[in-house]
Amino acid sequence: MTRTEFWQGNTACAEGALAAGCNFFGGYPITPSTEIAEHMAVKLPKKGGVFIQMEDEIASMASIIGASWTGARAMTATSGPGFSLMMENIGFAAMTETPCVVVNVQRGGPSTGQPTMSAQGDMMQVRFGSHGDYAIIALCPATVQEMYELTAKAFNLADQYRVPVFLMADETVGHMREKILIPDTVGRVGRKPFVPGTPPFRAADPDLIPGFPTFGTGEHVHVTGLTHDERGYPCATNPKLHMALVKRLIDKIENARDKMADYDIVNPDAEQVFVAYGGPVRTVMQVMHDTKDSNVGFLRIRTVWPFPEKALAKFRNAKRFLVPEMNFGQIAREIERHVRVPVQSIPKLGGELHSPAELVAALEEKP
Amino acid sequence: MTFEDWYRQDRLPHIYCAGCGNGTIINCTLAAVDSMGWKKEETVFVSGIGCSSRAPGYILTDSLHTTHGRALAFATGVKMAKPDLHVVVFTGDGDLAAIGGNHFIHACRRNIDLTVVCMNNQIYGMTGGQGSPTTPLKCLSSTTPYGCAEPPFDLCELATAAGANYVARWTSYHVKELEKAVKVGLETPGFSFIEALVQCPTAFGRRNKFRQVADHVEYLKTHSLLRAKRDRLLGEGQPLPEDMFVVGELTKRNRPAMGVKR
Repeated sequence: MTRTEFWQGNTACAEGALAAGCNFFGGYPITPSTEIAEHMAVKLPKKGGVFIQMEDEIASMASIIGASWTGARAMTATSGPGFSLMMENIGFAAMTETPCVVVNVQRGGPSTGQPTMSAQGDMMQVRFGSHGDYAIIALCPATVQEMYELTAKAFNLADQYRVPVFLMADETVGHMREKILIPDTVGRVGRKPFVPGTPPFRAADPDLIPGFPTFGTGEHVHVTGLTHDERGYPCATNPKLHMALVKRLIDKIENARDKMADYDIVNPDAEQVFVAYGGPVRTVMQVMHDTKDSNVGFLRIRTVWPFPEKALAKFRNAKRFLVPEMNFGQIAREIERHVRVPVQSIPKLGGELHSPAELVAALEEKP
Repeated sequence: MTFEDWYRQDRLPHIYCAGCGNGTIINCTLAAVDSMGWKKEETVFVSGIGCSSRAPGYILTDSLHTTHGRALAFATGVKMAKPDLHVVVFTGDGDLAAIGGNHFIHACRRNIDLTVVCMNNQIYGMTGGQGSPTTPLKCLSSTTPYGCAEPPFDLCELATAAGANYVARWTSYHVKELEKAVKVGLETPGFSFIEALVQCPTAFGRRNKFRQVADHVEYLKTHSLLRAKRDRLLGEGQPLPEDMFVVGELTKRNRPAMGVKR
């Protein structure tokens, strides 16, 4: 039995988190994500969870990492400027393999930019923004329904892969209201159990993910952002150990690329193929609805990082990929790495979605 | 148990320089923790970056060695998510008062139930001796080669003004007093801040006429002004000696606290 609601995207995000068992939210107000914090501030205390407004986004990120080590399903939500502030601690979460969920309701940047307008300018920052090499998971919702579902999914992926997982929404999806179907329950995948007495950062399984030694359970685990051995002890000048550790942190995510891939394909035999994620998906859907041309295909991506490169190969006849984004081609360039046909970036900045006419014009333009 | 049972033996020897005062402070802290009768599995040590922040890595409990300046924000997450855990934070003057200053005043304001031990060596030791927010005026460091031109923070006054329930200052000379102060801090609900002035022969002492470790510890001893004596001088309307710093229990109160075990 599902129920129907008419919700704002940010409300759906918060409700999706609660349905997934989120019990700690540390955040700082920032447009256009604030409604998520406000909703959590109302709901979490009533469910026995913790809401805390931290002094800045650096502290917000730190607080959810601390909470996560006590076993909490922890989350924060922000937008561009706050996201930039979180970067150092995001790297710490990646290095220490701390499960956590970060929502970025993207707005126009750089800098303070356009607080109330939509953008997708942080798609490379989410992948590479903290210093050093690492890997993360990023999901992009295009509907209010997906704000709910992908937030819940983010918690499962974070716990399963012991990695920060990002819901890379945008102002359009965060602030729009539309119909949403709420399921009775949301599936949960927890953290891999820890084998007591074993080295806390030993990844013995082929998935390269160690079990999680929750604080307070007597494992006496030392967690450090320094390069560490499988006991968790600092070992910062051992070249081989550093190489092996960082490689494992990346491989545990990248090796699961196909497993995590989440996309829809329309007209796989088409020659002209739109690729979109987040807000621009909505415009492409309108174009697909209006055109009767089966030569126009559509790849709709939900898991943007790790990038589902094999999805592109499903379009065997593709002669051109058209990529509308609310940035200057951040993911278009990623697509270029994987295909041998032209990739046409259709950037749109300023805060508005592409209009269907703009995409049709790009389609009709000769490359 | 004794304080020695709290050490992570397979991590020793530690990285601290010969003559460093940090070990003294860690011993005092662990002795105080041990006297509380707490179990290791219900105690968590958190730190940021710097010499002082390496301490949790030598302690056989769950511990978080985090990013520079952010220990209190991480500790806030741990404590709020699981108030049953006893959370002790090790930090230093650079970690706490410079890059972490904002988290410091807000943790005091929230009066969150943490005990914070700050090893104040008045210098950035780990990076080789740069001036910090507590480097005294005119003191030499690698970034204040002509003498520090900025007045230092009084960390205890800062903690008091910002709302901490318990504030005390001692030095690496005053081991018994320090242990007792940490214990009172551990017992006090809310935010407890214990500043421990320590000698740093490698980065501070050699540039500032404390070439012998004992000389610096002697200085810490002879330049400590007991709080009771300060109060008496103030009461008599007499001026306070300019080259001395106040030690003792400076603040003890019962403001509403956050994160206290339910």
